[in-house]
Amino acid sequence: MDIILEGIKQAFHLLITFDPEVMGITLLSLQISGTATFISLFIGISGGTAVALSNFPGRKLVVSLINTGMGLPPVVVGLFVTIFLWRNGPLGFLEILYTPTAMIIAQAIIATPIVMGITLAAMQQLPKKLRLQILALGATRVQMVWILIREAKLPLLAAVMAGFGGVISEVGASIMVGGNIKGYSRVLTTATVMETSRGNFDIAIALGIILLLFAYFINLVLTQIQQRERPR
Amino acid sequence: MNKTVPVLKSKNLQVIRGGALILDVPFLSVTEGEILSLIGPNGAGKTTLLQVLSQLIPFSRGDVYFKGQIIGSNHSVIQYRRKLAMVFQEPLLFDTTVVENVASGLRIRGIKRSEIRDIAAAQLARFGISHLADRSAKTLSGGEAQRTSLARAFATRPEILFLDEPFASLDPPARESIIDDLERVIRETGTTTVMATHDRLEAIRLSDRIAVMNGGKIVQAGAPEEVMNHPADEWVASFVGTETILPGKVAEKNGSALFISAFGRSVEAAGEAVPGEDVVLCIRPENVTLSECGPASATSARNVFRGTVEKIIPSGAFYKVRIDCGFPLAAYVTRNAIDDLSLREGMPVTASFKATAIHVIRRKLK
Repeated sequence: MDIILEGIKQAFHLLITFDPEVMGITLLSLQISGTATFISLFIGISGGTAVALSNFPGRKLVVSLINTGMGLPPVVVGLFVTIFLWRNGPLGFLEILYTPTAMIIAQAIIATPIVMGITLAAMQQLPKKLRLQILALGATRVQMVWILIREAKLPLLAAVMAGFGGVISEVGASIMVGGNIKGYSRVLTTATVMETSRGNFDIAIALGIILLLFAYFINLVLTQIQQRERPR
Repeated sequence: MNKTVPVLKSKNLQVIRGGALILDVPFLSVTEGEILSLIGPNGAGKTTLLQVLSQLIPFSRGDVYFKGQIIGSNHSVIQYRRKLAMVFQEPLLFDTTVVENVASGLRIRGIKRSEIRDIAAAQLARFGISHLADRSAKTLSGGEAQRTSLARAFATRPEILFLDEPFASLDPPARESIIDDLERVIRETGTTTVMATHDRLEAIRLSDRIAVMNGGKIVQAGAPEEVMNHPADEWVASFVGTETILPGKVAEKNGSALFISAFGRSVEAAGEAVPGEDVVLCIRPENVTLSECGPASATSARNVFRGTVEKIIPSGAFYKVRIDCGFPLAAYVTRNAIDDLSLREGMPVTASFKATAIHVIRRKLK
């Protein structure tokens, strides 16, 4: 019990004093997970919308693959990204293994199916005749897709939350492709794992609390937007 | 309003899905300012025809012409769609305010903001929903939502308005008042309108012309009175509310008067047929008069039959009385008539109808 209390005390001390190392780790976490989420939104919303609005042979297979991808284990992603970026791997010439870029790639791979799956479900939930109504209003195909995305904005905010939540909290892939290098690729989750293994529970708790607070505040903001958009 | 210019025309339209021909309309033409209703049961192809005419869904064969130009060939589909408006059974409003919904078609067209505001305000007023302008569309009642949908349709000043069962999901009071307003706005603006409905009374009320559809085909088209009183075949007769449809054979012809044997009784009708010809007699229930049995009452009707009341069925503002006159006959009567005649099931009654009230369908010519 003392360990926990001491950990919480230490956590607040680190936070209040803006400990440079903790702040650096936090900022890097936000940069990596934010960028990965942004990339996953771009690919996931486009892909999910395209699959939702089209009809092609093998569509069911694609949908089932997307749904499977929503539960992609981060360590498996980490393993394959590592293999691809390994010195002798297919993309080894890029020389980005154990860099934040590799972590962004891995996290984007984890978040994309989540965003795509939620987008797909959100688009399919819209009445089919809505597309015809939009076209009948004189919209081009691009205008129609944009209006549909706007109509699905509430579930799409859920996609943002799920995507960001998925990557800010994942540790397996980040540690495998980032290497947890101090001041370079160390993020909140990898640092928490390391400090715990060293027995530095106070710092681990501090990092854990920061992680929780971030996840909470970002989701709070998105929830506020989502609830404000709900019909009065 | 020029009633002779075909604003919309189609030739040899066919839609084939899964190998089945679900729409087959060789020719259709709608003149400027005309209101055409497509009526028919569910699955008749009304909605498919509307969506093909409005170029919202692909079709397998044929051409659609707007003011003489083939759409897709010498007139772009988007440009064509921007000259029409569509209102569906569900209002299909966007998740925003009422005024933004009304303005949506204008925004899509890239109209100036100030102009949009004025047009949207005018349409809101036209459909009596100005007070709802800033309300979220998701909080509207069914009637308010459909008014918003209509205001959105008229905001773009469409040259053709397509209506797909627009009143079907409304409760009767909302429905009545919306039909009143829509009729007024259509007449005021002279908008060419094509409406799909399964409600023949709506069609009669609003239309200049009615096309009856069944199995993906137009089986009859004409003025409402023509379709109602002179159905092309037994199916149309039944669909447009002809309750009594009797097979018979022409026994004798005297000028335009036909004496037809049906169920062993002789019925006099006005029409064209030759003795010995098989025909079908169509008698609308509103053309049958009931009176008490007794000494022959004074009537100009050529057909007077005694029968027994089999059933009295409430039917909206009227009661439908089924009578067995040796053949089944149906009549509409008012509540007062039921009281005056003390009508009840099993009692004898006299039914009469004029020879001119019978529509004769020649079976051979079908």
